[in-house]
Amino acid sequence: MSSAFLGFPTPPPRAPYATGHLRGDQSFPEAAHTALDDTQQRRNLGKATATIRGKRDQVADELPDWEELRSAGSALKADVLARLPELLERFEREVTERGGVVHWARDADEANEIVTRLVADKDSDEVLKVKSMATQEIGLNEHLGSAGISPVETDLAELIVQLGADRPSHILVPAIHRNRAEIRDIFLREMPGVDPNLDDDPVRLAEEARKYLRSKFMSTRVAISGANFGVADTGTLSVVESEGNGRMCLTMPETLITVMGIEKLVPSFTDLEVFLQLLPRSSTGERMNPYTSMWTGVTEGDGPEEFHLVLLDNGRSATLADGVGREALQCIRCSACLNVCPVYERTGGKAYGSTYPGPIGAVLTPQLAGMHESRDDPNASLPYASSLCGACYDVCPVKIDIPSLLVELRHQHVEQSRYTAEAAMMRASSLAMSSAKRFTKAQRASRLGRVLGGADGRISALPPPLNAWTSARDLPAPPKRTFREWWDSEDGREAVRAARREAERGES
Amino acid sequence: MNARDVVLGRVRDALAAAPPEPVTVPREYRGGRESSGEQRLELLVDRLGEYRADVYRCSVAETASTVAEALGDARLVAVPGGLDASWTEEFTGRVEVDSAESPVRWLEDVDGVVTSSAVTCAETGTVFLDAAGDQGRRALTLVPDLHVCVVDLSSVVLGVPEAVGRLDPVRPTTMISGPSATSDIELDRVEGVHGPRTLRVVVRVDG
Ligand code: SF4
Repeated sequence: MSSAFLGFPTPPPRAPYATGHLRGDQSFPEAAHTALDDTQQRRNLGKATATIRGKRDQVADELPDWEELRSAGSALKADVLARLPELLERFEREVTERGGVVHWARDADEANEIVTRLVADKDSDEVLKVKSMATQEIGLNEHLGSAGISPVETDLAELIVQLGADRPSHILVPAIHRNRAEIRDIFLREMPGVDPNLDDDPVRLAEEARKYLRSKFMSTRVAISGANFGVADTGTLSVVESEGNGRMCLTMPETLITVMGIEKLVPSFTDLEVFLQLLPRSSTGERMNPYTSMWTGVTEGDGPEEFHLVLLDNGRSATLADGVGREALQCIRCSACLNVCPVYERTGGKAYGSTYPGPIGAVLTPQLAGMHESRDDPNASLPYASSLCGACYDVCPVKIDIPSLLVELRHQHVEQSRYTAEAAMMRASSLAMSSAKRFTKAQRASRLGRVLGGADGRISALPPPLNAWTSARDLPAPPKRTFREWWDSEDGREAVRAARREAERGES
Repeated sequence: MNARDVVLGRVRDALAAAPPEPVTVPREYRGGRESSGEQRLELLVDRLGEYRADVYRCSVAETASTVAEALGDARLVAVPGGLDASWTEEFTGRVEVDSAESPVRWLEDVDGVVTSSAVTCAETGTVFLDAAGDQGRRALTLVPDLHVCVVDLSSVVLGVPEAVGRLDPVRPTTMISGPSATSDIELDRVEGVHGPRTLRVVVRVDG
């Protein structure tokens, strides 16, 4: 564990190893290799990310106070984490007072059991689902299936993924790796009652999905959703969407079950004014998404008669225990960092092996689920799945410094992997760049890696003993100073001294 | 120990292990902006147009004729119980009043629905419904294919903070920005996967 755990006898547990989707079965480089051969996926993804990127830039630039909104959003989320116990208790009280029932789940297994029991209690063998990362993270669909309950995904892309027995490749557009002709084939093969003469016009495809799901919305008695935001001081929940399937699930069934990570709170209702500006613009590049639903408990004569809220830990408290890594819990899942990431653009989401792909996935996944649970844990490769170019930090609406977190996790990985050459080298030479926090302290360029200088923006060879590191990889470098200049400067020397001191402590 | 106490205990321990700095939230972003009716109208019409929502401008006196025009060739229309009955006076089809007691399925036979609105944000082209008597339950504006929504210019505000400030958190609230849409198939935008495929906003410039 990182130094944050000193004097902390039992750190909170990570997400269970075998349940859910927080770990692939291959390391990132292996999985990426397969993905790189998939030219269709690369083409589709390239087109999608470039389009969304362009729209995002435009609508973010449109707001003269964009940076102020980011600062507010970032601080609000940091405030939530700092006051999480009190805010969770307040939230629970408000939801309960408005007629909701709050359940707590230590991990994926417990959350799956709670939801499955609630559905079974309603004698329902089919449930509607709104696209939700939390339920995907815990593998709820599989668990429901094993209990004889069929979950029906109602988001068009999730439905395509589900019918195709596939996995999502993007947070926002999960079926972006599929072409219209493939989607038509999937519908013809898997969708009951589909028009046999269906062609591959997107309008027709969407129409068939509408028809198929309409009958489900009218007859299914239980729905399961995630939540984009939970408002601590009012108990309000919010789902942000486009298609109206969210509105359907949140209002038509008799019972609604919402699964929400404990970090998804915002302090007060007014604070939604910040996130409702940041999220759609960062996510789909729209000024506002077509539909946002907000509800507080239950309302007589309008919507579900019963509302259950499952508050999920599943490795979040373990992430919170790391004073540096906890920043990843500020994420509002907009997917902007995916769309700017050169690594993600080429490999696609599945290579990360987790519900959370891309830059944020590379820092969130190993923290939620651990990266040393087994020898050669696939999650240990995730912090290296980045060129540290910093683009993700620039776009993040809540200013998560993903590059620094990546380096911090690399450091933690190396510290804990006793057997690699890197580990030996790191400990022996006390490499300054092994820790984001120290680095940042030593010389705060806006993000990590920039401290080391190179005229072409990359470092391919460092002087010994650091060359053991660079012989394996190139590093991004700052435009301003050369490595030699940094090395010779006072802050460079201090960074190295600090690193050495920490390494000596680690050795003893 | 039950799961609640365990999770809360873990969260407390986690913060004790690495105590966070207290946070002050900077609020330099824009809010509470004043604006002219003209400015808001122009912005709103532009935004709604970009979402492919149809906009009708009229005066309060012209409400009934404009609503009738916006309803087009709809034959059966549903309205919430609290809607001003005069709004649908010039509509020649059938008008039925929806209520919490009617089964939701009947809305499937309805061609269109007419409602009022709580507040509207011009900058994003977003209409807020808060389930008040003249807006009805949430299903009413969701199941039928056409939604005609009457917006008074006096209830239009410039930005999101101004709109959120006018909401009552306890009411079920739906924010609508254009008709239902998906971009899930090759990023091609398609209107109306589940919600109404057509949104027509009647802006009463003197209301
Ligand atoms: S890390 Fe930031 S940019 Fe990435 S998904 Fe989360 S909020 Fe969006």
